[in-house]
Amino acid sequence: MISATDLRLTFGKGTPLENPALRGMSLTVNQGEFVTVIGSNGAGKSTFLNALAGEVLVDSGQIVVDNLDVTKLPTHKRAGRVSRVFQDPLAGTCEGLTIEENLALAIKRGQRRGLTSAVKRQYMEKFRDSLSSLNLGLEKRLGDKMGLLSGGQRQAVSLLMASLTPSSILLLDEHTAALDPKTAAFVLELTTKIIEEQKLTALMVTHSMKQALEVGSRTVMLHQGQVVFDIEGKDREGLEVKDLLGLFEKQRGLEVDDDSLLLG
Amino acid sequence: MLSNIALYGAIETGLIYGLVAFGIYLSFRVLDFPDLTVDGSFPLGAAVAAVLIIEGWNPWLATGCAVMAGMAAGAVTALLNVKLNILNLLASILTMIALYSVNLRIMGRPNVALLTEETVLTPWYDLDLAYHQVPVLLFIIVVFVALILLWRFMKSETGLAMRATGANARMARAQGIATGAMIVLGVAVSNGLVGLAGALFAQSQGAADVTMGVGVIVIGLASLIGGEAVVTPSTVLRALIACVVGAIIYRLAIAFALNADFLGLQAQDLNLITAVLVTLAIVLPGVRSSIAGKLTRKKA
Repeated sequence: MISATDLRLTFGKGTPLENPALRGMSLTVNQGEFVTVIGSNGAGKSTFLNALAGEVLVDSGQIVVDNLDVTKLPTHKRAGRVSRVFQDPLAGTCEGLTIEENLALAIKRGQRRGLTSAVKRQYMEKFRDSLSSLNLGLEKRLGDKMGLLSGGQRQAVSLLMASLTPSSILLLDEHTAALDPKTAAFVLELTTKIIEEQKLTALMVTHSMKQALEVGSRTVMLHQGQVVFDIEGKDREGLEVKDLLGLFEKQRGLEVDDDSLLLG
Repeated sequence: MLSNIALYGAIETGLIYGLVAFGIYLSFRVLDFPDLTVDGSFPLGAAVAAVLIIEGWNPWLATGCAVMAGMAAGAVTALLNVKLNILNLLASILTMIALYSVNLRIMGRPNVALLTEETVLTPWYDLDLAYHQVPVLLFIIVVFVALILLWRFMKSETGLAMRATGANARMARAQGIATGAMIVLGVAVSNGLVGLAGALFAQSQGAADVTMGVGVIVIGLASLIGGEAVVTPSTVLRALIACVVGAIIYRLAIAFALNADFLGLQAQDLNLITAVLVTLAIVLPGVRSSIAGKLTRKKA
């Protein structure tokens, strides 16, 4: 279980560019839930994810992951509990390292690293099995440099890396947004498959309302650094994009003027 | 042409600069950390080893202390960068400048002669080898051991974490790697190698001098870039071999340039030749591929 309570964070405090990104954001995600997060530009989606991952530390509030208060911990000390896939397909992997070396980095996520050989023979079977589930033929290219792979392939491997060892929560930060539609669909399908098979707890930020309703078990909308609505179960079934917009307007008494929310 | 002694001399210094190139590979290439500390840690290693040898220490122990001193200097640079957020290049310049004073303090004077002292080379002169061949043999062994150890380290879990830190720090953090600690460790090891090179250089040349570090960074970079142009560094092992090959080629090129009477070059032209060679080493691979490009286009 992961719970964020009353998170507040202001960028550029005391400057003309002062920007309150999180304004009392609270959210609790239960074990096994797959939450999709939507919101317009500047709603605080990415900041919220970065705060959970530890890339930014909040000004106030509390973040608890599986009974451990991680509010003040830096990214690398949370990594054992929090795994992540970035929006940029090139950000989740190291292009100068081979596929097997990237996977070997991921298999030790959040654990002590010693002086024994990083790419161990006993990992190979696991690496091949998980790569072959992608159906991209990568299991035969373990020794290839990551940089030789396409963006979609690299994002698929990033996803594998994030799920190679257990974590309390998997954070997906618009991880299909930088891919072409066909590849994006492939990566999204892979995401839901991995999450279902391994019964992962996941939080997926997306720019597309359609995507947010199609996958996952619960949808949360952020606006101005707060949760404006949170739907799951029966209420969420059969909901369409226009219903979501209606909900949003009712909640806030606002017109939605962000095209990117309507499209997609 | 090059005399036998000049040839062995060039290989000897080349091997020592191979160790410097290892260090620079670690900081510049693996960690993407432009580190100029080496101009200070090279004479630091020389100074520590020389002073301890004169004090009557075992020369290998003295050399070991030189390595530790180099590592400490590297750690200071890295900590200035990681803990105090000083730009990496500037942090290394600060340490380098500070080391000039530190080195003078350690030696108590601008230079220390070792000509009559027992050094790591002394026992090896009992071997049935020519005088100028002895240092080459010993340094080949030292460089080989350093290369194997570094290679195994880079392939280890910690070494892989260090490579990830330099290549993609955000990803490394997300994998639970303490990137700050990796930078401190890497820059320390890098300068430890340079300290080792300085200690060996002082012992083979018979003196430690406070100015002997000037331009070490350029020579090390020249070796690294030159080596990469000859040996494509597609794997860690090849990259490390490239460092040694580059350093030896560089010293041989210098020796040839200085010995070729028709060029009319003299010892004081060394830095000019260095700068020209580094420029060539940086530019030539690009020229080569553009020529190759033109040729293939003509064919098509």
